[in-house]
Amino acid sequence: MSQSQEKLLEIKGLKQHFQSGRNNVVKAVDGLTFDIYKGETFGLVGESGCGKSTTGRTIIRLYDATDGEVLFDGENVHGKKNKSEMKKFNRKMQMIFQDPYASLNPRMKVMDTIAEGLDIHGLVKDQKERQKKVEDLLETVGLNKEHANRYPHEFSGGQRQRIGIARALAVDPDFIIADEPISALDVSIQAQVVNLMRKLQREQGLTYLFIAHDLSMVKYISDRIGVMYFGKLVELADSDELYKNPLHPYTQSLLSAIPLPDPDYERNRQRKNYDPTQHDTSEEPEFREIKPGHWILCTTKELEQYKKQLK
Amino acid sequence: MEKILDVKDLKVSFDTHGGEVEAVRGVNFHLNKGETLAIVGESGSGKSVTTKALMGLIPSPPGKIKNGEILFEGKDLTKLSDRAMSKVRGKDISMIFQDPMTSLNPTMKIGNQIMEGLIKHQKMNRSKAKSRAIELLEMVGIPDAKGRINQYPHQFSGGMRQRVVIAIALACNPKILLADEPTTALDVTIQAQILELMKDLQKKTETSIVFITHDLGVVANVADRVAVMYAGKIVEVGTVDDIFYNPQHPYTWGLLGSMPTLDDEESELAAIQGTPPDLLNPPKGDAFAARNQYALKIDTEEEPPMFKVSDSHYAATWLLHENAPKIELPEAVKKRTQGFASMGASNDDGKGDTK
Amino acid sequence: MANEEHKYNKDRFEPIEISEEKGEELSRPQLSYLQDSWIRLKKNKGAIIGLLILLFIGFMAIFGPYMNNYTFKEQDSNITNVPPRVQGLENISWLGLDGKETEVLEGESVEALKEKALYVFETEPEFIESKVIQEATEDEMAKVEFTNDIYAARGIQDEYYWFGTDQLGRDLWTRTWSGTRISLYIAILAATIDMVIGVIYGGVSAYYGGRVDNYMQRIVEILVGIPNLVVVILMILVLEPGILSITIALTITGWIGMARVIRGNVLKLKNQEFVLASRTLGSSDSRILMKHLVPNVTGLIIINTMFTIPGAIFFEAFLSFIGLGLQPPLASLGTLIDDAFKSFQIYPYMLVFPSVIISLIMVAFNVLADGLRDALDPKMRE
Repeated sequence: MSQSQEKLLEIKGLKQHFQSGRNNVVKAVDGLTFDIYKGETFGLVGESGCGKSTTGRTIIRLYDATDGEVLFDGENVHGKKNKSEMKKFNRKMQMIFQDPYASLNPRMKVMDTIAEGLDIHGLVKDQKERQKKVEDLLETVGLNKEHANRYPHEFSGGQRQRIGIARALAVDPDFIIADEPISALDVSIQAQVVNLMRKLQREQGLTYLFIAHDLSMVKYISDRIGVMYFGKLVELADSDELYKNPLHPYTQSLLSAIPLPDPDYERNRQRKNYDPTQHDTSEEPEFREIKPGHWILCTTKELEQYKKQLK
Repeated sequence: MEKILDVKDLKVSFDTHGGEVEAVRGVNFHLNKGETLAIVGESGSGKSVTTKALMGLIPSPPGKIKNGEILFEGKDLTKLSDRAMSKVRGKDISMIFQDPMTSLNPTMKIGNQIMEGLIKHQKMNRSKAKSRAIELLEMVGIPDAKGRINQYPHQFSGGMRQRVVIAIALACNPKILLADEPTTALDVTIQAQILELMKDLQKKTETSIVFITHDLGVVANVADRVAVMYAGKIVEVGTVDDIFYNPQHPYTWGLLGSMPTLDDEESELAAIQGTPPDLLNPPKGDAFAARNQYALKIDTEEEPPMFKVSDSHYAATWLLHENAPKIELPEAVKKRTQGFASMGASNDDGKGDTK
Repeated sequence: MANEEHKYNKDRFEPIEISEEKGEELSRPQLSYLQDSWIRLKKNKGAIIGLLILLFIGFMAIFGPYMNNYTFKEQDSNITNVPPRVQGLENISWLGLDGKETEVLEGESVEALKEKALYVFETEPEFIESKVIQEATEDEMAKVEFTNDIYAARGIQDEYYWFGTDQLGRDLWTRTWSGTRISLYIAILAATIDMVIGVIYGGVSAYYGGRVDNYMQRIVEILVGIPNLVVVILMILVLEPGILSITIALTITGWIGMARVIRGNVLKLKNQEFVLASRTLGSSDSRILMKHLVPNVTGLIIINTMFTIPGAIFFEAFLSFIGLGLQPPLASLGTLIDDAFKSFQIYPYMLVFPSVIISLIMVAFNVLADGLRDALDPKMRE
């Protein structure tokens, strides 16, 4: 990791339970603990329903956490806050959404969509400055300034996603949660968006939480990756380490399932199935560090096993 | 090889209040018996409309097949009446859709949904149809088929539902299976299972498959031949090895370059700039010219014909004309055509360790 | 071959620069939501005809009463029950706008019938024209068609009552259009109040959700549970019939439909990503409601209101018809129909004009609302 080890975000025992029905609780997020360092991209992968999107939304406080803490720059995000404290926090943390069609208000011009953050936080003095700022942002994300007066339905999926990025950038955030920002896009457009995100990270020193189910893209963009399964992190490591030394059987099965654009490789691919019943049930599994920076959810017995595999 | 389906100069257009949109602008391809042809393209490239045309499912109005022939075993499907087409549909040609949630009737037991086609097309009686339905469910790998035949779709998971959809599609032993992004809505691990299942079943039943997708990884996995579509046209067609190891069209290069490799995180992805053209007013000349960093003057003037690369491999780009300047393949693409897997050698090692 | 070579000579294969901007160009003309909807609405012939009819009726409701010199409450016992007569059209007898009454009488002889006609029309012989259809024979009675020129008989040669007059001699043209005006006024007022209450109630209920939503919906259910007519009748008994009380009676339960539609849509919208995005930017609740939620339901609000108006007109007519409506001398389409209904076999013209107008209003509003629904529905966009 080239980044400094300064923690930007600390997540401690985060839980998000939803009441569904009278006696039924869905544990969408069930005790997550991890840190995100300044300037890095942290990838969060998992299959649909594993709670990765809920995690993102809870961190940014779209949902109030059931339990646990989220510390941003050492300050608790989820404590009681007054309006101005909330606003300060809103400027530091922003989000990019999954569905480019649902994430822009169809009745608002691109200008007003992007300028929304500027208006709320009073970041511009007059109409002229507002327009200038929006045009700059459009240029930053590779769109023309003529686009400012158009409505979202006139744009393609990739262009809309870039408008969404410009909206998030308007308030100058330090940290951006990208909730499956490319999964609804075409391959060639995915690359544009990913390139743009990396460019912005280089130029503005952003920190990302990149939530996705597409492992090859996550590997490409992330410095560290956490793998989620049913509301829990099962493995967390540097992205290279995770791809070279996947220890948890679920991670292995995920990795073995990624289709690569290489016919020869695909003809000989060996897929692994994950059987959740294969785990040792003698005790409650815990999230343990198996080697520096590489964490895994396991029991003490399993830890020994994994350690052997590591050799 | 025997051609089971031959599509000639197919044009499909839709009337919208803004004018006529030409979704498919003269597509030629054929499908050999027992093979899988993958049609790759971005949304709006006309790949789904093409398959809908094969099934006779273009809603009219606003859509219409303006030109072309779809020859299935010598019959032109575009000339068949609705009635005659409904006999072909489900029996000779059947289709799997993207979303297993919406392609099953939520108020009908899955057994009955499978039996419907058997009773209609194969004139089976109910008890015979039922035993065949159980057979089919077992074939697509649903455990306890006998018990589950009386369940409703919501009692199945997404992957299981897609298996049921496949069972329905295969019920009447169709000669052609059209699969429109059948795995896009599924998780990676489930996707891998479904792809394996489809390949297995193809070996057993010798069905020919047209597989629509935008995911090159999936294409590499399932396809024998590949057709790349852009803006309502096929821009490159060839065997899967032709396309992945010797791509000729700059759009194909762009698609490959857009995929991240597993070993390189420093270099930029070779993304295709810009956005696909609006087919309400398709540009003059090559539709890809505006996004093509190797565009030639002629691209803006005249549409390129299909140039032959080899017997199995054709591409529609002026770069293949003898007078065109010779272009070096972009570095990123060259690297990818040498095989993703070899680059990801470290990745293979990693897996080897854990086996 | 030479030609071929010339066609593809080398200089056509020069590489060109592609600007990045070009790839991002939007080739479609720029259309706002309203322009787009208007283009779609224009294509719907029925809706446009409905719109024109409504504009015409609206125009007449405003200016119609001033087009002649009569007022809606001026009575004249000399000119009661005069049939319609229109300048220029009075000589086309089949139109029935000639100010004459026509009746076919049957009797034993033509002479006897002439006597009878004087009695029937209560008039003098010089105003009656008779046309013998059949002389009396042994098997059949005599049949004579009599036409009475009422205007001449009453000595009002120079006056023209375009829609005729009623039992009290009031000009029906003036009464019909001022009645239309009052009906439209009540309906539009009621629909506007419904809209305001419904949008606020539904929006608040859905946006805050949870317990607020729970309580607000229970209140709605209680209101829905009481039969509408009972509430209305009680209201009118308490408040005394009048424009305001009828409007209040109409709105007391009328807003519930709007509230439900709005609630359903806001529930759906408030979890859309663009609303979440606004929340992560730190928007206040009122900003989200006003900038994001309400603009996205305006189409629905308009459509729903368009459907409420004909309903309100009809309900007002119904109330008048059962005697709970406006009190004379005020008139609405409902009271006019009610009055005319009592003598509609003798003076059908009194019923025809208000009935035709109320039917046109109802049909036109419904057709236009249907057209608007198609035009404003964002799902229809490609």
